[in-house]
Amino acid sequence: MPKVKEIEILIIGGGPAGLSAANAAAELGASVLVLERDGKPGGQLVKQTHKFFGSKKQYAGDRGYQIGHLLIDQCEKNPKVEVWTDATALGIYEDGVVTAERQGKHLKIKPKKIVVATGASEKMIAFPNNDMPGIFGAGAVQTLMNVHGIVPGQRVLMIGAGNIGLIVSYQLMQAGVEVAGIIEASPTIGGYLVHASKIRRAGVPILTSHTILEAYGQESVEGAIICQLDEQWQPIPGSEQDLKVDVICLAVGLSPLTELCFQADCQMKYVPELSGHVPIRNDYLETTRPGLYVAGDVSGVEEASSAMVEGRLAGVSAAYSLEYGNDAAPKLQAEAMAELSELRSGPAGQKTLKGIMKLTDKGEAAC
Amino acid sequence: MRITEHPILDFQRGEEVSFFFEGQEIKGFEGETIAAALHAAGIRVLGHSQTMHRPRGLFCAIGNCSSCLMVVDGEPNVRICVEKLRSGMKVESQQGKGCLR
Repeated sequence: MPKVKEIEILIIGGGPAGLSAANAAAELGASVLVLERDGKPGGQLVKQTHKFFGSKKQYAGDRGYQIGHLLIDQCEKNPKVEVWTDATALGIYEDGVVTAERQGKHLKIKPKKIVVATGASEKMIAFPNNDMPGIFGAGAVQTLMNVHGIVPGQRVLMIGAGNIGLIVSYQLMQAGVEVAGIIEASPTIGGYLVHASKIRRAGVPILTSHTILEAYGQESVEGAIICQLDEQWQPIPGSEQDLKVDVICLAVGLSPLTELCFQADCQMKYVPELSGHVPIRNDYLETTRPGLYVAGDVSGVEEASSAMVEGRLAGVSAAYSLEYGNDAAPKLQAEAMAELSELRSGPAGQKTLKGIMKLTDKGEAAC
Repeated sequence: MRITEHPILDFQRGEEVSFFFEGQEIKGFEGETIAAALHAAGIRVLGHSQTMHRPRGLFCAIGNCSSCLMVVDGEPNVRICVEKLRSGMKVESQQGKGCLR
């Protein structure tokens, strides 16, 4: 292998956004390399067993892992796409060189354009003994159950009634694990009611305005004390309940994995609606570092459906900037942008739209 | 514990292999992570923290958080949530930062 691998478009992250970007750019004729740190591409999408919403173009009705395999298939069939698994991007340098680690080797890549699609990482909440074995992020539970076919324990307390908390609770039940309850600090269920109803029908309580006070156990979780919150989100004395559980699953949100964007000197901004620090970018998802695009959760935490459309938009835009698809690209860009608007037209999308407005508002100071 | 029946998924497991946890022989499947094999065997205390000696377990399972660092074949700080299981591996719980031999 030459000392520096040259490629037209480098995509960092082989999840729903990255693979969609790879396929879209390669369709227009660009040569693409995808770096995936895991042993196989697909990201978190291949761990999703539920059916997706949206329209046919966003694979509505298919289950997450089926969509994941479809995207992987498309990449494998396209000779313009190369995927390096077990390859972790380490840095993006001023001269445009990207370094990566693969099988103990330090590699250098020189791309013309970069799409960062690194996704997000799980958030944590503060409570005594939150570092104890038996406390997992919801993604970890999905990985154990849906990739390896291993249950995390016998009885689970789920924290968070957003879509992830609801969906993972249902997945736990499908795997034969008892879910003691789902608690949610806010007074309303954050996720779709269709998911919540399914869980309640199965007899699992969803307790809103409830939080965890502490976890307890000797060397690993044996139980949790939960309590009700008042209107000021303060614990109501006397409302404590002791739940005997051996697993506490945290589904309290995600943070964009933006280390590479920071390191590449993209202008960043803290936008709570997008779940953390995100790179400032234009409508085509190009950041303030020319030629560096973002797509998926790294540009603001949303869902896999929008991540795939963002991936397509970033991939097309990167290829177009290299003069591929001069006829087709503008139309594809417009289509993707219209799909994103449609996906964000519901109540949940309002928050995202507000966040994106803040990002593109040139008047405000950025960090 | 391993899932034997699932309404949607069908698990493709590799060849059964033996490995060692604290010298004790355990079975797992090739291609799964060390973390998966340990959890299947009901082992979830993976080490203890440096200063407070608090037990440490799996948290993110995708190589982000470093909660699952263990000593594998003498090498400390291996993220066992992403390290694949191989026959004969010697896995030991890690105390603190671990030490290079």
